[in-house]
Amino acid sequence: MATLEELSTRRELLAQGHRLCAGCGAPIAVRQVLLALPPEAHAVVCCPTGCLEVSTTIYPYTSWRCSYIHNAFENAAATLSGVQAMYTALKRKGKINEDFRFVAFGGDGGTYDIGFQSLSGAMERGHRLIYVCYDNEAYMNTGIQRSGATPRGAWTTTSPVGHVRTGKHEGRKDLTAIMAEHHVVYAAQAAISHWRDTVAKAEKAWEYAKEGPVFLNILAPCHRGWRFPMEKTIEIARLAVRTRFWPLYEVEKGEWRLTVNVANPLPVAEWLKMQGRFAHLFRGKGNEEVLAAIQADVDRQWSELMARCRSAVPA
Amino acid sequence: MKWEIGGIETWPWSRHPLGLAGLAPGNSVLVRTGNWRSQRPVWEKERCNSCLLCFIFCPDAAVVVKEGKMAGIDYEHCKGCGICATECGRKALRLVDEHLVQE
Repeated sequence: MATLEELSTRRELLAQGHRLCAGCGAPIAVRQVLLALPPEAHAVVCCPTGCLEVSTTIYPYTSWRCSYIHNAFENAAATLSGVQAMYTALKRKGKINEDFRFVAFGGDGGTYDIGFQSLSGAMERGHRLIYVCYDNEAYMNTGIQRSGATPRGAWTTTSPVGHVRTGKHEGRKDLTAIMAEHHVVYAAQAAISHWRDTVAKAEKAWEYAKEGPVFLNILAPCHRGWRFPMEKTIEIARLAVRTRFWPLYEVEKGEWRLTVNVANPLPVAEWLKMQGRFAHLFRGKGNEEVLAAIQADVDRQWSELMARCRSAVPA
Repeated sequence: MKWEIGGIETWPWSRHPLGLAGLAPGNSVLVRTGNWRSQRPVWEKERCNSCLLCFIFCPDAAVVVKEGKMAGIDYEHCKGCGICATECGRKALRLVDEHLVQE
């Protein structure tokens, strides 16, 4: 795996001057993935609508130093499938000789929900591309609406907190597992705080993308939506891993493997307490049930994952 | 690619590229997001061991690395989020109020 020193000599494909918020998690995820690209290869990036897309392509400026295409909210995976199929055809005819790799960066809204059908299709058809979801657990671009990735109990503008409601009633979708069940060559879950793990997975992803579809789900906290101070973005992501809320694992050709073991997990409440979107759960009494339900979600998710991982790698 | 965008506000529609595609890859470096900053990370070279954690955690690629060694902060683009100062294990980066350091 490339060292930080090596990574620092590579070209930044996401240029400075993008207008994502100070302390945003998304560009950290993007940088970790793009820096892992083998230097001799070229990247083609596609974004569905989302924070990343609107903030990196404000006309007449663009932050992308590689080929870039945006189409619509629901069809990033379909768009990139087409681009990749075109590349394969041109390559076969000898009209392109360079090595191009294809990657889509979508938020959780454009991935879990709106872009789900096109993503599922691209994975099922076996296109040779990487789909990266930078998961910030709500529609942040439009002002914090709940998505399929929003965890139980979280406040959003469409899962408000009041006398009756205590934030989102439902749990979150396990999209990484859903993608792994598409029998893709490689699927993995990562977090921006664990950069070594993320870069290692991204390196595998770029290699496997020559064979077939790859899915990466990277936790990228959003301080505006999660309500925490902007300098804590990495700290929050790290705690999500240490509480087992966000397990780090990979599914390589059907084999499930834990990549970062969490032997002594902190209670998930430690992670929730740091975020304003869960503040109502700690105000007064009567929310113990919700807290218990969130912990139960985490425990169930972990035991299901353990059952799937035949060889747990301790770290 | 060189793409001159001076006076773009007054261009007729016909002069804009089809689909309003950006024609100069990475020209967002011309946008000085550094003026968003209210706190500035100040680097103390003596405390730094070039572990480069600030580099990999910077959302704005505003940590300058030369030949594998930390070389400072790009204040033209650093938005002052403070992630680098929070994550630095050796306290080689510290946040200072911008009005105290700006002329």
